[in-house]
Amino acid sequence: MAPRKPSVMRPAREVAIVAFGQTRHQRSTDELSEVEMLMPVLHEVLAATGLKTSDIGFTCSGSSDYLAGRAFSFTMALDGVGAWPPISESHVEMDGAWALYEAWTKLQTGEADTALVYSYGKSSPGSVRDVLTRQLDPYYVAPLWPDAVALAALQAQALIDAGETDEPALAGIATRSRASADANPHAQLGSSAGQGDYAVRPLRTGDCPPVGDGAAAVILAAGDRARDLCARPAWIRGIDHRIEAHALGVRDLTASPSTRLAAERAGVFERPVDTAELHAPFTSQEVVLRKALGLGDDVDVNPSGGALAANPVMAAGLIRLGEAAARIHRGASDRAVAHATSGPCLQQNLVAVLEGDAR
Amino acid sequence: MGKEPVAVVGIGQTKHVAARQDVSIAGLVREAAQRALSDAELSWVDIDAVVIGKAPDFFEGVMMPELYLADALGAVGKPMLRVHTAGSVGGSTALVAANLVAGRVHGTVLTLAFEKQSESNAMWGLSLPIPFQQPLLAGAGGFFAPHVRAYMRRTGAPDSVGSLVAYKDRRNALKNPYAHLHERDITLEKVQASPMLWDPIRYSETCPSSDGACAMILTDRAGAARSPRPPAWMHGGAMRSEPTLFAGKDFVSPQAGKDCAADVYRQAGIADPRREIDAVEMYVPFSWYEPMWLENLGFAAEGEGWKLTESGVTELEGDLPVNMSGGVLSTNPIGASGMIRFAEAALQVRGQAGEHQVDGARRALGHAYGGGSQFFSMWLVGAEPPTT
Repeated sequence: MAPRKPSVMRPAREVAIVAFGQTRHQRSTDELSEVEMLMPVLHEVLAATGLKTSDIGFTCSGSSDYLAGRAFSFTMALDGVGAWPPISESHVEMDGAWALYEAWTKLQTGEADTALVYSYGKSSPGSVRDVLTRQLDPYYVAPLWPDAVALAALQAQALIDAGETDEPALAGIATRSRASADANPHAQLGSSAGQGDYAVRPLRTGDCPPVGDGAAAVILAAGDRARDLCARPAWIRGIDHRIEAHALGVRDLTASPSTRLAAERAGVFERPVDTAELHAPFTSQEVVLRKALGLGDDVDVNPSGGALAANPVMAAGLIRLGEAAARIHRGASDRAVAHATSGPCLQQNLVAVLEGDAR
Repeated sequence: MGKEPVAVVGIGQTKHVAARQDVSIAGLVREAAQRALSDAELSWVDIDAVVIGKAPDFFEGVMMPELYLADALGAVGKPMLRVHTAGSVGGSTALVAANLVAGRVHGTVLTLAFEKQSESNAMWGLSLPIPFQQPLLAGAGGFFAPHVRAYMRRTGAPDSVGSLVAYKDRRNALKNPYAHLHERDITLEKVQASPMLWDPIRYSETCPSSDGACAMILTDRAGAARSPRPPAWMHGGAMRSEPTLFAGKDFVSPQAGKDCAADVYRQAGIADPRREIDAVEMYVPFSWYEPMWLENLGFAAEGEGWKLTESGVTELEGDLPVNMSGGVLSTNPIGASGMIRFAEAALQVRGQAGEHQVDGARRALGHAYGGGSQFFSMWLVGAEPPTT
């Protein structure tokens, strides 16, 4: 990947996450439509700030038609928001973390002071392993149906071959993450989930994320508006995202230059962080991300349990930003890094630095 | 500190056709992007970020195709965003890219929208059965025809207006080398004699299915100063959405469209759009939407839009030309159709629209809508930089 100017991008306007809500993620939600799954979460963040839909300056969502199995699936969710009178609104066909990025950009223009961001995904109606193969190169790769677990296993084996990790170390990541999730009422899996058998060598089921359904929402606010809405706003000091080549054959799967670059632009390396919420659906990916972000052992990584405890596709990245922000809100963190990923083997990565005001 | 002014310095599109069997999706988007870069006399390294849009992924059968397209669009090592707001997406995509410049997040951004409809079947993509929701098995025409009928009933517009629009747009398309339909033998009689598809919408009053892509290079003031050709300046841009279905919805003239236009005019300092705007590219997939949107966008009083169309004002030689390029009626790569409207508006104020150039166009409106008329995106571009 061609190196670009690794300068820190300093946002002109102070913007913070002031509220976060998520569902209790579940293996299956047959009894709920996507809108029904999302509605309580929307109400939760609005109630937390006292805002009404009509008070929100900009709304942006993230979702995927391929999970829903229908075109324009986001239009029904918009009806649930209650877009009347008409609202200023947009949608990314990506994880909600990128919807947050679009909303943050909108607030940078000064055209809005508050934003509602939400995302959702139901993996239960189909086979998410099969569905995700459809996002690969449609001419040369997708016809072979290589699934996300198989691709992650290639990455894990490359890391083991490079001496960066081994199977016991990966099991340790799984155990630590799921033990943390015991304290997270939204998590789908806790410490009772074992390492299990091989899914695709060298990955065992414990190295893989659970398949599940879930939704999340955050509210962003700028400057004094954020201070009005939240006792301790989680200020977004920097946020950036980068993409890499799609073909696995042209990438070094043991490194994540896009995460590194986004982190440089977001200012991660200016001062130490105390918390990291990493969107690493596979244990092996945490190894790659820790290295790219330069995280030491003193950093609390995925205190929520991370994507190994709950991985609602299209919401799991936004949840990392929300979890990091919530820790700042409640005073458990002063400076956190949050990360989201998209595409096979960490192809696309978003990094944000969140800070609370000094105490 | 106000917003950074946003300039369009590069525009590129493909020759739109029913099936581009000579290129992959990647080849198609690369062609449009390369033309936009050439127009701006820039290269891939000058681009800081890429914002891409298209309509539903089911239209080509590729989930989140931006991942696979990163290499083709020179996005490796850069930020890449994928926007999807139904039929309005081409416009929304341009506005998201513009916000990156306006918010001073990036200096120069490539924005692109595409659809390669020949790789799949759009009618199928819109018709997947979902429990507890009404299917759209008749495609878009079946959804919109009753709203056209409501417009006719409400305004007393004669049956002939729809065919006038189609005849005009198809003739305009003959002047646009990139337009899909080039019906050299088109006559008003042929439009009127074409088969009725969804009463009152005739075959020749509907858009085609196209393969195509459209790209633009947006940049800040410093980037505009280096532009080899006159830039188009953004004077206003907005998106508005309203629910798909609810008791108070006016499908003939949705409130979200009115609000969106009002926001754009406020930003651009436009008090009287009919007098102050020189040319309009609006999203007209079925011919009757020209008079409907003329009212919705404030160019005509309620019930009067069809009179503007009938009087010839919206012809290429009229004093409010509409869809100089031939419009969506002549070219419809769905996800790109909104961006083509925005790009054509920019071409006009740059004086680069060739045979379909409106003499002296200084301010032009680009308009897109989507879904069940619930998503709107618009921008107003001018030949001069904005003063505020």
